[in-house]
Amino acid sequence: MTLRPFRIALVLITSLIPLALLAILVFLGRYSWPAITFNGWHFLWGHTWNLGNLYADPIMQRGQLAPIGANYGILVFIVGTLLTSAIALLIAIPVSLGVAIFLAEGLGSNLKIILSFVVELLAAVPSVVYGLWGYAVLTPLVARVIGPGLRSTLGFLPFFSGPIGSGYGLLAASIVLALMVVPIIAATVRDALSQVPPEMKEAAYALGATHFEVVRRAMLPTVRGNIIGACILGLGRALGETMAVLMVSGGALNYFPSNIYSPITTMASFIVSQLDSAMQDPTGMAVRSLAEIALILFIIAVITNVIARLLTGTSRNVSSV
Amino acid sequence: MSRPFKPSRIVRRKWLSAFGWVLSAGAFLLVATPLLDILYTVFHKGLSALSFNLFTKVTNGISGGLLNAITGTLALVSGALVFAAPVGILAGIYLSEFGGTRFGQAVRFLDDVLTGVPSIVLGYFSYVTLVIGLGWQFSVLAGSITLAIMVVPYIARFTEIAFLQVPNSLREAGYALGLRELTVITRIALPLALPGILTGVLFAIAISLGETAPLIYTAGWSNFLWNGRLIHEPIGYLTYVVWSFINQPFRSAHALAFAAAFLVILMVLVINVGLTILLKRGRPARPGQR
Repeated sequence: MTLRPFRIALVLITSLIPLALLAILVFLGRYSWPAITFNGWHFLWGHTWNLGNLYADPIMQRGQLAPIGANYGILVFIVGTLLTSAIALLIAIPVSLGVAIFLAEGLGSNLKIILSFVVELLAAVPSVVYGLWGYAVLTPLVARVIGPGLRSTLGFLPFFSGPIGSGYGLLAASIVLALMVVPIIAATVRDALSQVPPEMKEAAYALGATHFEVVRRAMLPTVRGNIIGACILGLGRALGETMAVLMVSGGALNYFPSNIYSPITTMASFIVSQLDSAMQDPTGMAVRSLAEIALILFIIAVITNVIARLLTGTSRNVSSV
Repeated sequence: MSRPFKPSRIVRRKWLSAFGWVLSAGAFLLVATPLLDILYTVFHKGLSALSFNLFTKVTNGISGGLLNAITGTLALVSGALVFAAPVGILAGIYLSEFGGTRFGQAVRFLDDVLTGVPSIVLGYFSYVTLVIGLGWQFSVLAGSITLAIMVVPYIARFTEIAFLQVPNSLREAGYALGLRELTVITRIALPLALPGILTGVLFAIAISLGETAPLIYTAGWSNFLWNGRLIHEPIGYLTYVVWSFINQPFRSAHALAFAAAFLVILMVLVINVGLTILLKRGRPARPGQR
């Protein structure tokens, strides 16, 4: 066995990738540790975020120096994150499946390349541009058209009735998120569909199935695992999306949404919107509590992505992510 | 046959199938329309806000030009590439040439997981470690390293795929001539994999250009031109203008926001057209969607 400096160098550099993940966990954990001990479990189910009195001398509370009256609870943001992501997926999943079927089976090869580019572009549009479009086009549309339309058709359900407000809120955020998630799910499912063995399709045709029945009854069931994986991948993306949500969600603090038009805040967008005020805290407890949110987001993202990657099986098939 | 043959059933099935195609085409229209509207809105409002001053003056409060943001974005993106390209390319080479091991599979998996970590989490991580921990404050270096962590996994996977597409017989021919491993990889495989690697780097540039959230926590914002200092000096960038200036109640601020969005999306669009052309030349292989 000879020493191979080239290979050793490659291994060292490659291990930077897993190390990055480890470093994120360790450093976020270490930095937010005082906040974790200060907040306890109350962090997850408390629903007021209060920086406390920043002008009085901070006092020792629960073993940590924190401003008087400081209270960090993120349940409102957890609810906002889960609600926006859930509604976004409710919209995005059927649409993505339709798009994937249309792109994989409904088109000739030339048109397929051009229209697939549309979906790739949708994935390439930066988050902040989605936010800008949401601000300039979508929120007025929600306030004047989509909101009133939903209320008049589904208004008998409590979640769809009540004041529509300015258009900034849960519905606008969910629509923007849905748009951002569709290309992820659609591309994954489209690639999976195009890899269904031709024998499978031919067998279905031989039984007399129409083209759509082949897709619906023979192809979709074969790629079920990929579809679920793709949806979880999309969920991971929606949970962590920051700028676009921040720009259209209305930024609710300390109250829960009363209907689908209410302003909300997600964990990710809260981190951005709060940095300036958190830095006013001389004890640093607010900034550390924000780090705790980032840590929770990180853990959620890792879990969803591990599940999604196990289901879509990217390691076996590199081209279908 | 258990059921008698009924022509009406076939007609019904044909109608249902046609309906299915209409639904799936409708789904496509449902996502294509917003995309076109996004492009239309940004191009329309962005083009009308374009002026010569945009490229020659720095932002001044909520008006002025975008020179500081344009140069800042370029500095941050090139900075990110300085770190991410070598690491990503070498990791990709490892994964394709020696990645059959358990370690290789684990890295490939974790590489995918890293692409799923929200950018704001990466930003906060850098804020804690670089901006506060090492005392760099808001700076080019902190922003670049954050972007680099974000795009390394993409460059690695694109490189891996590019190398995997080089036929093994070529490597074997090299070994048969008595070449060493390093020579086979750099002289035989690398030239053939270069277009694929370039694709990955372009993809990384497109992502870094459009990122906002992690930069707010690491690069800060500056109204002035970057003075070349790597740390202790915040820097401006285009996406910040989009996010921050659209919230100002002034016409000039909105114009700047749309102009900045136009510049960002124009660059992303050009890169993506380039990507599609590059990918069409080889086998279409595109890892990871953001």
